[in-house]
Amino acid sequence: MLDPYIPLVLMFALALGFAVFSVAIAPLVGPRRYNKAKFDAYECGIEPSPQPTVGGGRMPVAYYLTAMLFILFDIEMVFLYPYAVSADSLGMFGVAAVVLFIATFGFADLYVWYRGGFEWN
Amino acid sequence: MGVTTQTGAVILAQQSIAPPPIHYSAIAPVLIVLGAACLAVLVEAFVPRRLRWSVQVGLSLCTLVAAGAWLVVYARGEPMGLTTLADTLAIDTPTLFLWGTLLVLGLASILLIADRSVEPGGAFVAESSAAPSPSPRAASGGSTGGTATSIAPAPTPAPARATASVAEMRTEVFPLGLFSLGGMMVFCAANDLLTMFIALEALSLPLYVMCGLARRRRLLSQEAAVKYFLLGAFASAFFLYGLALLYGYAGSVELSAIADATAGSLRSDTLLFAGLGLLVVGLLFKGSVGPFHMWTPDVYHGAPTAVTGFMAACTKVAAFGAILRVLHVAFEASSWEWHWVLWTVAVVSMVIGAVLGLTQSDIKRMVAYSSIAHAGFLLIGAITLTDEGLSATLFYLLAYGVTTIAVFGVISLVRTSEGEATHLSAWSGLAKRSPLIAWVFTFLLLALAGIPLTSGFMGKFVVFSAALTAGMAPLVVIALVASAVAAFFYLRVIVLMHFNEPAPDGPTVSVPGAFTTAAITLGVVVTLLLGVLPTPVLDWASVGGFVS
Repeated sequence: MLDPYIPLVLMFALALGFAVFSVAIAPLVGPRRYNKAKFDAYECGIEPSPQPTVGGGRMPVAYYLTAMLFILFDIEMVFLYPYAVSADSLGMFGVAAVVLFIATFGFADLYVWYRGGFEWN
Repeated sequence: MGVTTQTGAVILAQQSIAPPPIHYSAIAPVLIVLGAACLAVLVEAFVPRRLRWSVQVGLSLCTLVAAGAWLVVYARGEPMGLTTLADTLAIDTPTLFLWGTLLVLGLASILLIADRSVEPGGAFVAESSAAPSPSPRAASGGSTGGTATSIAPAPTPAPARATASVAEMRTEVFPLGLFSLGGMMVFCAANDLLTMFIALEALSLPLYVMCGLARRRRLLSQEAAVKYFLLGAFASAFFLYGLALLYGYAGSVELSAIADATAGSLRSDTLLFAGLGLLVVGLLFKGSVGPFHMWTPDVYHGAPTAVTGFMAACTKVAAFGAILRVLHVAFEASSWEWHWVLWTVAVVSMVIGAVLGLTQSDIKRMVAYSSIAHAGFLLIGAITLTDEGLSATLFYLLAYGVTTIAVFGVISLVRTSEGEATHLSAWSGLAKRSPLIAWVFTFLLLALAGIPLTSGFMGKFVVFSAALTAGMAPLVVIALVASAVAAFFYLRVIVLMHFNEPAPDGPTVSVPGAFTTAAITLGVVVTLLLGVLPTPVLDWASVGGFVS
């Protein structure tokens, strides 16, 4: 009765074990070289507080552009993954649909690319 | 047990899933509009800057004409009404009528948006947007001056002003408008709530951006965009929560399945009415029906006037198309329980629109409150839930939309050196300076007030008579009083234009270019035709009801 759940439990145990192991082992074997960035939240990015005084508390707009582009590619993957799993059963209709999806997405990519959206500095 | 589920899964994976049948000829108008929107994005990427405006305008106009032509050919074949794409879209008479309305209004809006004669270079953000706008705030060296990027080393105000006056407008507004229009077309054809929600987002997100694209008074325009976005996101959340509760009630998001579920009595009414309430709040927000109208005056005021016209006309058509479909298809059986709520909402909307409209001193805000009052009238038509009320509301939507776009077209013409003169005092004595524009505007305001021989009168007449037949006499009496109050503020503008002396430093009236002239002419002609010869359009609107 509970057979189908055993792999799930194993998976959960494995994930928990890996997390505990990583957190526990890091202070023991990791090198200790401190610099300023080490004390930031997530060790990177902008500090949410206190607000940057330059420009009246404004953030560079490039962060939002990067975040938006990341979300777009991420969501593309979200749709492509289930398609890949059931590509066989969807047949040619599925291929046509997914090609159309990628093409539509590609139009937006081309726009961002040609208008300089990918030029980070 | 485990073995059987595994083989079952294997069999399931090998079965080919049959794709849903798609009636391409029925949904072709939507495909044309959305396909052209994708193409317009590519135009933005690849066409050189100096050609972009012409290519975008040509593409948008051809698209709308092509989609409209296809729609006419399809509707002439007298289709019976069908659902397609696995029952997510219903292509029936109301859908076809609303699509036709949206395409006509979209055409007029694109004409207004494309105009470059009234405001040199176009009314939208210029290509060199890194330079500060020629507004007094930026010139005075306030914090807005900090918007200049580090690439341009502190441009002085004088050259920026010189380049801004000739710089071409950014043309992203055309693909945004097409995407929004495509979303609206799906919105009023959506036969299940999830499709409706996706379409709601597809129509809203481009609109938020379009609101913030004004070349002049950029802070006001951006404030409008942010306000609309925040409140719109809030309303979308209401819609989505209502959808979730209704799914809990009916076990399906399809409108017909919800209708079936309301016929039985073994389910929780709490889920049904909480879900309906939240869903309707989301829809009423988009239709700017009071008391969910708070965003309307600010956004109508701040957005570029052409976009305000697009928003006022097309969004209202799409929102009321969806309200009609949801109420008629899914909630007709339970209407006895909820109709008092929407009676109240209609009364509140009419009263807010008519009374607060009286106190406005800005013409765009006045038209915004007028649109709230009109939303109340439209809601009366929508909650009759009869075929007569349905065709009357469809007719009213077309009549109101066309008149409103022409009104905003005229508003964009009256200007001072600092942009549009929207304060009412600037309109005083306009008839002495440019009688033609004043008379056109008078005619359009009379149509909004509902004076005979205009489409506004016919629209109100058919809606109110349908409401009387449906036994809503008290509501009709309140509506008539509200119309009378609202007529006062239209007449005040007319008196101001014709009987007051012009101010010495008053605005000039720009000579409209071909595009704005075409849009205003279209609006005036349709307003007159629908007022004199409404029968063909009313007949078309009453060919058939909703299919689900």
